[in-house]
Amino acid sequence: MATKLDVPISEDQIRSLKVGDQVLLSGVIYTGRDAAHKYMIDNFISGPCPDSEREMYKILQRELAGSVIYHCGPVVRKLPNGKYEFVAAGPTTSIREEPYQGDVIEHFGVRAVIGKGGMRDKTLAACKKSGAVYLHAIGGAATLIARSCEEVVDVYKLDFGVPEAFWKIRVKDFPTVVTMDAHGQSLHAAVREESGKMLQQLLAS
Amino acid sequence: MHDIKEHLLELIKVTSTDLPADVEDALRKAVDDEQPNSSARSALETILENISMSRESARPICQDTGTPIFYIHHPHGWSQMKLRQQTIAAVQSATEQSYLRPNAVEAVSGKNSGNNTGTDFPTVHFEEWEKDHVRAALMLKGGGCENCGIQYTIPSPEFPASRDLAGIRKAVLDSAHKAQGLGCAPGILGVGIGGDRATSVIKAKEQLFRNLNDSNPDPQLDKLEKQLHREINELGIGPMGFGGKTTVLGVKMAELHRLPASFFVSIAYMCWANRRQVMIIKDGVASFERI
Repeated sequence: MATKLDVPISEDQIRSLKVGDQVLLSGVIYTGRDAAHKYMIDNFISGPCPDSEREMYKILQRELAGSVIYHCGPVVRKLPNGKYEFVAAGPTTSIREEPYQGDVIEHFGVRAVIGKGGMRDKTLAACKKSGAVYLHAIGGAATLIARSCEEVVDVYKLDFGVPEAFWKIRVKDFPTVVTMDAHGQSLHAAVREESGKMLQQLLAS
Repeated sequence: MHDIKEHLLELIKVTSTDLPADVEDALRKAVDDEQPNSSARSALETILENISMSRESARPICQDTGTPIFYIHHPHGWSQMKLRQQTIAAVQSATEQSYLRPNAVEAVSGKNSGNNTGTDFPTVHFEEWEKDHVRAALMLKGGGCENCGIQYTIPSPEFPASRDLAGIRKAVLDSAHKAQGLGCAPGILGVGIGGDRATSVIKAKEQLFRNLNDSNPDPQLDKLEKQLHREINELGIGPMGFGGKTTVLGVKMAELHRLPASFFVSIAYMCWANRRQVMIIKDGVASFERI
């Protein structure tokens, strides 16, 4: 039985989740991947925010608190009415954001990150400290996930390119599974360790 | 020669939105091996549902439509320069029509070209042949799985392995463990043995065109392919790296002549969405060849 979560998400709701729980997520969330994470660190976290980026900073401070970052570079179609539609929108590999993610979670009060492949110790520690989880979406399931995107509300930093922009989207029952929780547990660490033991056995045979 | 741009556009559309039968069948068989109500089983069921939805709605299976890699065989007298222009035009049209994502990004600045083409992008390999028709093969290879590719130099202080089948086995097993679920497992491994650094990787990627149920013409390599397929699945990494029985759908390898000094084992990791199709264009009429 899947847990339904609505944005904004409270810390208590996050801390009640455990590795293996299925989550159906609804509400307004943001995509953000390689360029977006480097941008947030360079402009908002490593040093003082440049004047040119102050407006974007305010938007992200207001909207990421209690919300979710989705590691995704969608295929997008522009509709005749000027709005956008997600055509295909599965997760991208999250590990590339490992150097940035923990700081972004803590700085903005992000409650969940959706991606694929899992992340490592720094992100896991930030999830525990700040009250956040890693939600795994099914890699490659892009048409199916695009259907849970009800509306593309807005887009920021489109000059980063379509895959790298911040897309503000409204999702309904986005299917995910918790693979890193706020209690320090990671399915990815467990599978890596167990498969490592098996590898040694095979190489010894 | 004819202008085959519209045929190539159709090839791109089908490759992006419809998965070949051998891959879909392998995924369907994998479902039954996983425990009921497990995350691994649920992942495979979602993957199969997505494949059907993409086919029916003609939408990309995966939003990462990857690097378009073409192999074009053509008769005598055809201009490769014109074929390249037609291929690039087809990629641009497919991108405008949302069958491909604009994926070509300047390496250093990160600037997206916007139309999915750029320096050596897409990748196009040409071969002239004796036949009177064109054979255009296309593979769409996404970035997540491409990042899981690796090349071993055997032996090295970092990777002590022998220059024989045992050393090759060690490299392939190690690569599968390193990849975990990051390349969208269950994946397919293409392995190039020998060659130079570049040809070895190209040979590895070419193996990903092979039917999952075929046999290697070299009995030794055939045996090793089947053994590695079984052994990698024993690692228990499973679909998406959730833990489970199916980590790879196949291992396909080929060897090349090498220099006495060099022994490369190159591994190309392909995600479960092994999007590749082959089109035959004869007298201006196109048809798909079953892989």
